[in-house]
Amino acid sequence: MTAATRSRLDRLVFLGPATALLMLFYVLPVIVDVAIAFTDMGRNLEVTRVTTENVARIFGGDRRLAQVLTNTLVYVVCTLTLFNVGYALLLALTTTALPDRAGAFFRSVWLLPRMSPSVVYALLWTWVVAPTEYGLLNQIVAGIGMPPLDLKSDAPMLVVVLANGFIGASFGMIIFTSAIRSIPQHLFYAARADGANGLQIVRHVTLPQIRWHLSFVTLYQALSLLVSFEYIWLITDGGPFYDTTVWALYVYQRAFTSGQYAYGAALALVLVAAGIVAALVLWRFFDMRALLQRPRIEVS
Amino acid sequence: MATVELDKVEKRFGEVVALEPVDLAIRSGEFLAILGPSGCGKSTTLFLLAGIYAPSAGEIRFDGVRINEIEAKDRNVGIVFQSYALYPHMTVAQNIGFPLRLKRVPIDESKRRVEAIARLVRVEELLDRKPAQLSGGQQQRVALARALVKEPQLLLLDEPLSNLDAGLRLAMRGEIRRLQRELGVTTVLVTHDQIEAVTMADRIVCMSKGRIEQIGTADDLYARPASLFVASFLGSPPINLVEGTAEDGAVRLGERSFAANGSGPLPQRVVVGIRPEAIRLGEGPIRGRILDGEPHGREWIWLVESEVGALRVVEPGAAPRHRAGEQVVLGWSESLLFDAADERRLQMPGPVPS
Ligand SMILES: Nc1ncnc2c1ncn2[C@@H]1O[C@H](COP(=O)(O)OP(=O)(O)O)[C@@H](O)[C@H]1O
Ligand SMILES: [Mg+2]
Repeated sequence: MTAATRSRLDRLVFLGPATALLMLFYVLPVIVDVAIAFTDMGRNLEVTRVTTENVARIFGGDRRLAQVLTNTLVYVVCTLTLFNVGYALLLALTTTALPDRAGAFFRSVWLLPRMSPSVVYALLWTWVVAPTEYGLLNQIVAGIGMPPLDLKSDAPMLVVVLANGFIGASFGMIIFTSAIRSIPQHLFYAARADGANGLQIVRHVTLPQIRWHLSFVTLYQALSLLVSFEYIWLITDGGPFYDTTVWALYVYQRAFTSGQYAYGAALALVLVAAGIVAALVLWRFFDMRALLQRPRIEVS
Repeated sequence: MATVELDKVEKRFGEVVALEPVDLAIRSGEFLAILGPSGCGKSTTLFLLAGIYAPSAGEIRFDGVRINEIEAKDRNVGIVFQSYALYPHMTVAQNIGFPLRLKRVPIDESKRRVEAIARLVRVEELLDRKPAQLSGGQQQRVALARALVKEPQLLLLDEPLSNLDAGLRLAMRGEIRRLQRELGVTTVLVTHDQIEAVTMADRIVCMSKGRIEQIGTADDLYARPASLFVASFLGSPPINLVEGTAEDGAVRLGERSFAANGSGPLPQRVVVGIRPEAIRLGEGPIRGRILDGEPHGREWIWLVESEVGALRVVEPGAAPRHRAGEQVVLGWSESLLFDAADERRLQMPGPVPS
């Protein structure tokens, strides 16, 4: 076998399976989605004509979309900055500064929601914010002599952000914790001897050292928040009215609840496009290329 | 420049005792070396001085003032780590200027001081590079500049030369010594390399297993070691240690008996230390046979099986004067006598063949 054939064969062997999976689970669904988006497919899966109606509806016909878009932005930006990155970073910084065992304890507490089934977790939140006096929050509120609250009606987006944030923070926390742990201890010692206090060490040593991890978590979590809706669906089901309906949930409602498959497909297409754009923007903004280093092992 | 005192300072990490209570006084402007094998507590001592570790017991004083409770950032101590610990995301100039930036020194003054110190350690050409683009020796100089730029009252060096190649190490030894003299800063150098300690320091603290074995000049440690440990840690090739017994004022080594040189009672079991360079081949009453020889540039090291035991002998001269298997006679002019039980040196000269 010549070196050239071998090299070609290796390429096939190493890249083949990944490419096949990518095709099957990513490219193919997108193609199917595009195809359906330009038809009039409904619940009976019947296609009678090819049309651009669905796309036109997105750009003007659907008056709810403005609200859904705003909800999505509020939901993604708030959950991401407050919890998935902000709180995760705070947790990682504080728990790595604690003695090992105490730090591990607090991290495990924040991992618990991640380990419980979604439905159980959602039910838990339903109970926490339940408007009756049996809700956990209202039991506390009653304890300090205030009238019961109905957060699910009065501040539904807050409930949605909290519920997603409590579970979402653990991902960043774990990544940031291991990133902080892998910073050579001597850098912290040097900073202290150079005259830095705790905050200055975070700002001048820790954050610059974990900036690739920050970019990665931001990028990855932004995209997963954009397409996730299961907790919203379980806790508020997008309500009251459309107050907590985010784009992904709206896609689901149109397609599967109302049976407008074709319109749902067109809406999903926007999500795909948004995802690609977000990825490209973040890629440029954070110089993600540096994250994907040159290979450490060579395959000839 | 500061004087430094350690008063019964002790450091434990949970069960591990890294440093047993030690007393140490460092003079103002002195260059002190802490010498000892890996794991003996040298870095721990240094980190205690820097304020990176807090002592488990005892008191540390700078200029007579207790500083136990003063944080590292407020001690005005410059430290160079074995790994250099340069900030990878900062340029050389930013690394050196970091201590000044934290002190809110005005930008132009900071720039001036960074450039001045960079010239002093000869890295003024490298100010715009990142640490990853520097060689080990250059990183070492930058780390030194960062430690010196804030004009510390105490300079701490943790094995600063151990990652350099031999030539560079030689050059940097002189350079650090020169800088220290120029600045007059009280300096503590940690090293496991006796040559470094001997050539650079005014005084040497020899440590073993978290204890100070001896404090003194290089000559004190070499000629009058307090213990077997100090005797065998200093000197290259290492001192010959021969176990013997003492009875009726005589010391018995192997098949030979020697008159004890001093007065006073001798312990039953003794160890006699004979420096390889104190032994003469070809003259003396002890018989032996050459087992092996190694050339070491301008000298030869011979391994001799003698009546008193196996001995290493240094003989000057590039050409070998013996060969393996040859019968020789030998003697020595001085030796050290230790108590085998507590491994301390006895206050009397060791036996010499007459
Ligand atoms: N942070 C630490 N935690 C636990 N043990 C430590 C720590 N630092 C040092 N030690 C222990 O203390 C002893 C002395 O260490 P060190 O001062 O680093 O030695 P040296 O610098 O002389 O090689 C060693 O036994 C080491 O394992
Ligand atoms: Mg050390």
